[in-house]
Amino acid sequence: MKIGVFVCLCGSNIAATVDTERVAEIARSYPDVVFSKAEMYACSEPGQEAIREAIVEKGLEGVVVASCSPRMHETTFRRAVERAGVNRYMFEMANIREHVSWVSLDREVNTRKAAELVRAAVEKLRLNRHLTPSKFEINKRVMVIGGGVAGIQAALDMADGGLKVVMVEREPSVGGKMAKLDKTFPTVDCSACILGPKMVDLAQHPNITLHAFSEIEDVAGYVGNFAVTVRRKTPYVDWERCTGCGLCMEKCPSRKSPDVFNEGLKPTTSINIPFPQAIPKKATINPDTCIMLTKGKCGSCAKICPTGAVDFEKQDELVTEEVGAIIAATGYDVFDHAKYEEYGGGRIPDVITSMQYERMLNASGPTSGHVKRPSDGKEPKKVVFVQCVGSRDPSKGRPYCSGFCCMYTAKQAILTKDHIPDAEVYTFYIDVRAPSKMYEEFYNRARDEYGVRYLRGRPSRIYQDGDKVVVRSVDTLLQAQVEVEADLVVLAVGGEHSRGASELAEKLRISADQNGFFMESHPKLRPVETNTAGVFLAGACQGLKDIPTAVAQGTAAAAKALVLLSRDMLEADPQVARVNQSRCIGCAKCVGVCPFQAIRMGKDRWGNPKAEVVETMCQGCGVCNVACMDKAIQLDHFTDDQILAEVNALCREWT
Amino acid sequence: MSGMDVKELRIIGFLCNWCSYGGADSAGVARYKQPTDMRIIRLPCTGRMDPLFVLKALLGGADGVLVSGCHPFDCHYTSGNFYARRRLQVLKSYLPVLGIHEDRFEYTWVSASEAAKWQSVVTAFTDRIHELGPAPRLLELEDMPLRFKEGMDIWPS
Ligand SMILES: Cc1cc2nc3c(=O)[nH]c(=O)nc-3n(C[C@H](O)[C@H](O)[C@H](O)COP(=O)(O)OP(=O)(O)OC[C@H]3O[C@@H](n4cnc5c(N)ncnc54)[C@H](O)[C@@H]3O)c2cc1C
Repeated sequence: MKIGVFVCLCGSNIAATVDTERVAEIARSYPDVVFSKAEMYACSEPGQEAIREAIVEKGLEGVVVASCSPRMHETTFRRAVERAGVNRYMFEMANIREHVSWVSLDREVNTRKAAELVRAAVEKLRLNRHLTPSKFEINKRVMVIGGGVAGIQAALDMADGGLKVVMVEREPSVGGKMAKLDKTFPTVDCSACILGPKMVDLAQHPNITLHAFSEIEDVAGYVGNFAVTVRRKTPYVDWERCTGCGLCMEKCPSRKSPDVFNEGLKPTTSINIPFPQAIPKKATINPDTCIMLTKGKCGSCAKICPTGAVDFEKQDELVTEEVGAIIAATGYDVFDHAKYEEYGGGRIPDVITSMQYERMLNASGPTSGHVKRPSDGKEPKKVVFVQCVGSRDPSKGRPYCSGFCCMYTAKQAILTKDHIPDAEVYTFYIDVRAPSKMYEEFYNRARDEYGVRYLRGRPSRIYQDGDKVVVRSVDTLLQAQVEVEADLVVLAVGGEHSRGASELAEKLRISADQNGFFMESHPKLRPVETNTAGVFLAGACQGLKDIPTAVAQGTAAAAKALVLLSRDMLEADPQVARVNQSRCIGCAKCVGVCPFQAIRMGKDRWGNPKAEVVETMCQGCGVCNVACMDKAIQLDHFTDDQILAEVNALCREWT
Repeated sequence: MSGMDVKELRIIGFLCNWCSYGGADSAGVARYKQPTDMRIIRLPCTGRMDPLFVLKALLGGADGVLVSGCHPFDCHYTSGNFYARRRLQVLKSYLPVLGIHEDRFEYTWVSASEAAKWQSVVTAFTDRIHELGPAPRLLELEDMPLRFKEGMDIWPS
């Protein structure tokens, strides 16, 4: 084999701490290397052109590029090699940037290490085989998990683009957090007025199927051909028949169910439609509080229902949806302020969360849009907002900035002044972060036009004193202790990963970051893709973000799914397991360990049992490879011989 | 970082493509300084990790071997890291039987976002191998002291 080696300087990224010329020179002494060269930017157009030229001129049959991580540019270089007529799998990369030049400043040591890594790549390449991808058909349906604004946007974009979309939402209605909001910053337009029409479009779109009140049970398959089992939880109401008239709610005698939609500010009936604009507008029974389901008597709702939809016997249903791609848009949860003992830990009635306040401001909320103290229903004249509750606080395990609280606090402060013009409004803050379009201006309006008083400091204690709530803090600008006696305190709670996110990640075979948010494939260049082909991310499940960004990501994820499914056939990665029939003794150990059911037992022409790999199902993990005692099944591109060739190369004494 | 001011030893790291290799990349991108002894081999999954590779490396001249993959329940292939854990735990207990110090081998979980953790894992493991010192080498016949070679002549070849 004739091998060419290209050592990238990456400007000064590699060249500053690795003698790339020297590495190229040493590489010339390696077996089968007929050509070697240092290159300023191997991935650039001239860099790729140099590789192409060398392949043609020197008749290279394999190429090693020593540069950055293969996770960054393997595909780039494989394509370059292929353009010059060499099989794209006759290519190896040595990672001399992330693993060498960027972790040490010792030029001598780095140069040697780089040369060794190049040798390992060369030795592996010598054993590479030409691989050709096979093609398989793909299913042009997409599943969106989570019906917040990000998921809704993604679903609508894809449906308009001609794809069939299945949406799975855990709650009885779509809309997510945005459906609960009163107004939205920085335009202060009514949240329901901009989200409502989208929710209706979703419900009426001929290309969209909605499974509300449903959860993901299991995800099988792979890009292009996922089979997702969805559990449709029972609402104890036949939704086919329910017309959403609401008569049942009027008749229900049990009025002690926690009202999740209204953030528990007021109880609700056991059978209920979460809010007037709910999509789907269907009733759901809370089995924990329903008298019929807990005590076996009542049934008022069943008697009044004009369509006979109430069905106390109804069970969960499992349905399997076959889709080609999946978008996760499961959003976030708000931080539980009870974790702040020093702020009353949820015990002081007039200390509420921002989300509760949002419901209170809302005309269709529990107080019909009147700002009232929960303790006595009086209108507060002094309202204090406390920012960063559950944000930027490593002691509570929330080291990150939640990103939207500064802005929604400014919004809520402005709205407070709109509702109660003579109110005094204070905001305790650490920094005000307002980096998007019109955000800084909006914050300035809150301060200058509406006279909201911003005090810099994180309050140390909040306590009840008579009918007042005292917020004690240090004002870090005045360097003085301050105490504000408030009628109402609103805690600007931050966000955290949504409950159940890690179980879902496991089912989707995607990763979560250290804070529990789903991890994108690349933080800058692949923000809505995951490392699992065919699974995309949208909205706050990937990291906290406001509505404009969540919507942008919804559209981006939709575009990625459209790109993927615009093809009729997908190429299967040919780096799959292969069986050497003459070695296979038919023990079926590999069949048992394969996580993808990609191996089955067949027979050779004499009728002996032999393992067979279903190429399109094999994901290339190599578990079978290790289970096989006879080394009859080998993962292409990562065969035992190839890995051992690398081991041997790295074990050589340095000369 | 103590690993740096002494002569390098030979440490081979087998890292899964999805988590730990990504973690090592992130550590590089964030310019976390590390000892330089580690040479990384990329695997699709730690489920691909044949105990044979560890033995071949340790018998072939490596002074230490580190395997690192995804945290439990975070495997790109669902369960590869569990297979790895079972096999490697067994391997670890057998190393002394083969005359290899078991501390020369370790397996860990590092995710792609844990750059700082990767730095500390590499540093701690490298320090440990430096404490153990170079692994004993088996001599080639021509390197052997004369008396052994003579001793061997007793048996006609
Ligand atoms: C008090 C407050 C005020 C705010 N005000 C504003 C504002 O004025 N302007 C602004 O731009 N932003 C505001 N935000 C931020 C805004 O709420 C988010 O940007 C937005 O809701 C993110 O949308 P999403 O679709 O990503 O997530 P979400 O709205 O959280 O939607 C996620 C959806 O997924 C569902 N789900 C979760 N897990 C699963 C599962 N396992 N299976 C199925 N379904 C699941 C949930 O039920 C939910 O319907 C505010 C936030 C708060 C807390």
